[in-house]
Amino acid sequence: MATFTERMAPVLAFWLVLCLSGTWAVDRGNFKTCDQSAFCKRQRALKPGESPYRALLETMELTNTRLTLQLINDNNKVRLLLELYRLQGNITRVKINELKPLKPRYEVPDVLIREPPTEPLSLLSQDDNGVVLSLGAESQRVIVSARPFRLDIMEGRDVLMSLNSRGLLAFEHLRMRKDTFSYKVTSTVASVWDNIKRVFSSQADPEAEKKEEGDPENQAETGKEEEEKVEDGMWEETFKSHSDSKPHGPSAISLDFSLPGVEHVYGIPEHADTLRLKTTDNGDPYRLYNLDVFQYELYNPMALYGAVPVMLAHNAKRTTGIFWLNAAETWVDISSNTAGKTVFGKMLDYVQGSSETPQTDVRWISESGIIDVFIMLGPTPKDVFSQYASLTGTQAFPPLAALAYHQCRWNYNDQEDVQSVDAGFDEHDIPYDFIWLDIEHTDGKRYFTWDPHKFATPKEMLQGIMDKKRKMVAIVDPHIKVDSNYKIHNEIRSRGFYIKNKDGGDYEGWCWPGSAGYPDFTRPDMRAWWASMFAYDQYEGSMENLYTWNDMNEPSVFNGPEVTMHKDATHGAWEHRDVHNLYGLYVQMATADGQIQRSGGVERPFVLTRAFFAGSQRYGAVWTGDNAAEWDHLKISIPMCLSLGLVGISFCGADVGGFFKSPSTELLVRWYQTGAYQPFFRAHAHLDTPRREPWLFGPENTALIRDAVRQRYTLLPYWYQQFYLAYHTGQPVMRPLWVEYPQDPATFALDDEFLIGRDLLVHPVTEEGARGVTAYLPGKDEVWFDVNTFQKHNGAQNLYIPVTMSSIPVFQRGGSIIPRKLRVRRSSSCMEHDPYTLYVALNPQRTAEGEIYIDDGHTFNYEKQEFIHRRLMFANNVLSSVNLNPEARFTTRSWIERVVILGASKPSKVTLKTADGQESTVDFDFDASMSVLTLRKPGMNAGEDWTVKLQ
Amino acid sequence: MYCPYLLLLLSLGVSAVEVQRPRGVPLSKRQFYEEGKPFTCLDGSRTIPFDRVNDDYCDCQDGSDEPGTAACPNGSFHCTNAGFRPAFIPSSRINDGICDCCDTTDEYNSGAACQNTCRELGRKERESLQKMAEIAKEGFMLKQQLIQEAKRGLEEKKGKLAEVQTSKKDLEDKVEALRSVKEAAEQPEKEAKERHLKAWEAVIRKEKDMAKMAAVFLELDADADGSVSVAELLLHSELDQDSDGTFTETEAQGLLGGVDKVDTVAFEAVWSNIKDKYISEETRESVSDTDSEQYPEDDIPEDEEEEDEDDEDEDPDDGEYKVTSLSFSIRLVLDGPGSPPTTRTQEKKDDEDEGTMPPYDQETQNLIDRMTTFFCFLFVHRNIEKEISFDFGPSAEFGYLYNQCYELTTSEYIYRLCPFSRVSQKPKYGGSETSLGTWGKWAGPDDNVYSVMKYEHGTGCWQGPNRSTTVKLTCGKETVVTSTSEPSRCEYLMEFTTPAVCQEPPSLDSMHPDHEEL
Repeated sequence: MATFTERMAPVLAFWLVLCLSGTWAVDRGNFKTCDQSAFCKRQRALKPGESPYRALLETMELTNTRLTLQLINDNNKVRLLLELYRLQGNITRVKINELKPLKPRYEVPDVLIREPPTEPLSLLSQDDNGVVLSLGAESQRVIVSARPFRLDIMEGRDVLMSLNSRGLLAFEHLRMRKDTFSYKVTSTVASVWDNIKRVFSSQADPEAEKKEEGDPENQAETGKEEEEKVEDGMWEETFKSHSDSKPHGPSAISLDFSLPGVEHVYGIPEHADTLRLKTTDNGDPYRLYNLDVFQYELYNPMALYGAVPVMLAHNAKRTTGIFWLNAAETWVDISSNTAGKTVFGKMLDYVQGSSETPQTDVRWISESGIIDVFIMLGPTPKDVFSQYASLTGTQAFPPLAALAYHQCRWNYNDQEDVQSVDAGFDEHDIPYDFIWLDIEHTDGKRYFTWDPHKFATPKEMLQGIMDKKRKMVAIVDPHIKVDSNYKIHNEIRSRGFYIKNKDGGDYEGWCWPGSAGYPDFTRPDMRAWWASMFAYDQYEGSMENLYTWNDMNEPSVFNGPEVTMHKDATHGAWEHRDVHNLYGLYVQMATADGQIQRSGGVERPFVLTRAFFAGSQRYGAVWTGDNAAEWDHLKISIPMCLSLGLVGISFCGADVGGFFKSPSTELLVRWYQTGAYQPFFRAHAHLDTPRREPWLFGPENTALIRDAVRQRYTLLPYWYQQFYLAYHTGQPVMRPLWVEYPQDPATFALDDEFLIGRDLLVHPVTEEGARGVTAYLPGKDEVWFDVNTFQKHNGAQNLYIPVTMSSIPVFQRGGSIIPRKLRVRRSSSCMEHDPYTLYVALNPQRTAEGEIYIDDGHTFNYEKQEFIHRRLMFANNVLSSVNLNPEARFTTRSWIERVVILGASKPSKVTLKTADGQESTVDFDFDASMSVLTLRKPGMNAGEDWTVKLQ
Repeated sequence: MYCPYLLLLLSLGVSAVEVQRPRGVPLSKRQFYEEGKPFTCLDGSRTIPFDRVNDDYCDCQDGSDEPGTAACPNGSFHCTNAGFRPAFIPSSRINDGICDCCDTTDEYNSGAACQNTCRELGRKERESLQKMAEIAKEGFMLKQQLIQEAKRGLEEKKGKLAEVQTSKKDLEDKVEALRSVKEAAEQPEKEAKERHLKAWEAVIRKEKDMAKMAAVFLELDADADGSVSVAELLLHSELDQDSDGTFTETEAQGLLGGVDKVDTVAFEAVWSNIKDKYISEETRESVSDTDSEQYPEDDIPEDEEEEDEDDEDEDPDDGEYKVTSLSFSIRLVLDGPGSPPTTRTQEKKDDEDEGTMPPYDQETQNLIDRMTTFFCFLFVHRNIEKEISFDFGPSAEFGYLYNQCYELTTSEYIYRLCPFSRVSQKPKYGGSETSLGTWGKWAGPDDNVYSVMKYEHGTGCWQGPNRSTTVKLTCGKETVVTSTSEPSRCEYLMEFTTPAVCQEPPSLDSMHPDHEEL
């Protein structure tokens, strides 16, 4: 789907700029730099080492669940309240808010899956300078230093992380505006009121009162200083022609984190950048502000469609994470004391035993809300994943079909077009599961409707697709056409569900339908109503095989500042400023709920979203937005999805082929080959590009694409199992190598290859005209098997692999067992009962291990233990299947048709023993040149106990 | 096409259908699957015991051991489909729960409730084949007529051409003679003669301008409805008034004097506004007439350009240019009633009424009339030339489409196909017309090049390509546009039936053996 595209452009004021520039790059001028964002500029101007904050240790209160402590800003005497929690699973939560804010500050709701359970903190020591608290067993402590305030988290003698160590904590307290009449009146009244209050005041905080009273000079000074400090952009800000009225004045917050011993940090998507985050000293910070960026540029820190304020820090000893729970516009600065050093310099340090430990410093700046940060202490990558999952939940377990191939285009023109594309796949024997309809399927961009001419009988069309056991996705965007003849609009308006502008009227902006309103998805009642619109009797023409795609949910507002909503629009008591990055999450949440409800809670939903936030993993899939048909965009799809996976969002993909522009045939084929090994596998194309269904590029390329798609289908059992695992544990499905090889520095910056689960390593070809690729195979004592040739390679080496157009370099880890279904049919549902082939790749110890997971593929019945989950093990020449969950009950018709053992030696005899005690001999083939043993048709049921013995 | 198969079947007798063979094996390959004997994969790669045929495990690389199961990724399954056509389907479609073979044999173990639809399909197919055959038959007959007509037409045109050439020569002589006579006769009245000559020159110049105007009108009036519309004018971006690179509707409308379209009379006023900038489509497209050498006076593309520049210095007697000029009158001659009503004479009269034109004597008038006739002939000549230059098919069977237009109205648009000229689209409820391409070439596959027409260089898309249209021709009794679509943005597809592509149908008898006994 397009963003701010040509078709809309002519009606917009700045279309000419686009026209004239004529390039295929983002128009950077449409988006703010830190300097153009007043709070970022203010905060970034602060110098380190001058923290005005002091901890008032005498205010400390320690209960069973938390420690509270007041902080004071010595410059203006404004007090903050620090809350410190120790959470279950080795997480420390630090919350800082104003002690007495003028009005409440926004605290992000609905992202944490529950109030995180706490564990007791205990006081180890205390003196005038600070407090030492124990974080539980592993000699972990928090040291609270008083002057200036700082927190250090220690393990033994090592500092794991320090907060405010550079003194960049900043908290712009809410204040009355001074240059207005109302302020003057209020302040006069206030001082009178203060006096009255003082007389009657309770003794709630005698200490504080005394201090303030006892320091009149300071108070006077404060007033003066504040007046001096009124800067541009505090009470009003203008960007291009848009002005932000900022009725509540400055409210930014900021905090710095130091990570000693860390040279690699990751995460904070979404950015079109490398996996390993770069330092930002010489440019803008990474920006987190959900934006509809037209033709985004690569390798820079500009904001994109989604934001997950989670950063991972890693070194060979430990992985930690920082989760900055704030939904306002956020900027993240990264600096490092080793970043500037050359390899030689580092070596010199090493040789000379250099004084300086490497360190990465990070600083978060947000426009409003409070500081609420979760410090995930690992120590392993997997620990960090489960720690984060314990806070925000895990990846939604998708219906199996959603992991198959998706065919999309803006737009399939009409029912006939849909039918002929569907037939084209059959004619060319290429499987697919979902066909997608973009905005043109609607009646004038009124979502939940169908174009009366082009899609006159949607149910007929859906039935036709269902007859092939396939499914459809239709787009439903959150902007609602302002049209009194449109039911959805009328209902939202009459219920008062629209977001309001600063003057209290319904906010209106331009989007696809022209003038549009934006429902306030932050309201639970609005979301419930929205969900009810997906009921079969509400969404006319919908059927159970129709799923949903939420686009433009940043939200995109063509004529708004930075193509999004005005920050002074209001969501009840809150400003859009406070909730912006959450909007997209809520849209997907409500849509997914609607899909669950329409089936009475039986069927799993499938919803794709473009905008997202921390927690979005619970609601479906995410794609990387409007990319382009360029080789660099193919390459960047890897780090972009890896970064998302690290912060919980596993179901990620990029538009195969590239959205804008038209790919060369070679690029298209390579993109299919790459996409086939990424979690969300969907081809998509812009309205103005020539058609590119897989069979339009000659029989040779059709065959290459067919082969790539078929590889995906054979591996669906493995993908499904990985998603089940992600749903259970929060581990990413598509992983950077360092996650599995955390002690191997050679893996730390790799982002041209990746792992699926831990057993498949993929190094797709992403270079034009490539004759070969060099893949790093990790693991000093490991071996890897080429999945096509079965050739064995040693780990811990850079392996050069010659490639042709048909090559997709994929390796299976020695020591793993991967189930596949080799009978590829026209859709995944058609393969439900098909038999499995097990690929057993032996490690040098001649053992292997894997799993097999089976359920009905589309309902929530797996929550009721209706599944098969078994461990497959090979050791001592015996391959066996054991039940991992004895309570689970599910039966399958699928059986094991073949076992391929890689790295085997030739047995004299193979016997199978099944659950009923029957023993039989199994035929086999042995390929001595590749050491591959193939067991022919052992035939046991995939859900039962069995053992196969090689003799 | 399944005649041999049928014969085979018949020769084997009725019992043939009962011959045992493994599931999914066509009768033609039956001999390779001999019960109880080892089976050799059809690619010869290995031999396996017969009990491994159709045992739901793939042993042969070519999939030939599993013709009746889904075990091999590259296998195929044969459905007999008695009553209809036999077919092969990929073996991945066996027992996938979807009915593929009309005889239901592909779903023997999936629980799918398939109905045997072969007889019904067979009946329908026969009906439709019969219908198609009838259409083809009638279409083919019509095609023969078209070919005959085309032949006649061509001869006629060639005749006309010859005639024009003779007449031209004749007229040239006469004009020359007349002029001499006139000059001699008018010698004494030199002053008067000069006045008249001047007048005559002015008339000629005016005439020429009018004629060019007429030609331009015809060219602009792409849909040949007798008026020039805003949309038609918009196709000539060179007319952009403020030269800002975009020729807007408003600008075009301004040129037309504020109205949406003008007829020939009103066009006169428009002409004065655009003549300096107008570039002929022919010049623009650099279409060179293949016959220009033979008829140098018709070498319009170059000359016309020169003409634009050297208009004033032109020798009035120079016949070359006017060839294209007098299209109005020519058109009257060629098209007869129904064409735009305005005639050149009428226009001239108007001019005279306004008193701008000096009167001239009878001889000059005669001369002018003769010249007019002369130009008329030349124009006919030129038009014929152009027409003859098109590739109207091996027997000129597509010639009848020339100068015709066919419309199809959809829910939103009216599509218009003018074969060998252009394709356009116009919103049904008002709005300007968009060119979807002008005649490009025949673009069918090598063995059937006349099955597809390509129209190119239509109105450009914003940030996209120029619009183009592919027209697929199928056999039909009637000449009609049956459907349009836009599979890719700005790439249109049109389906068009015409008898001109009908092939001689094979005789019905040979196509329809008696199926009833199956």
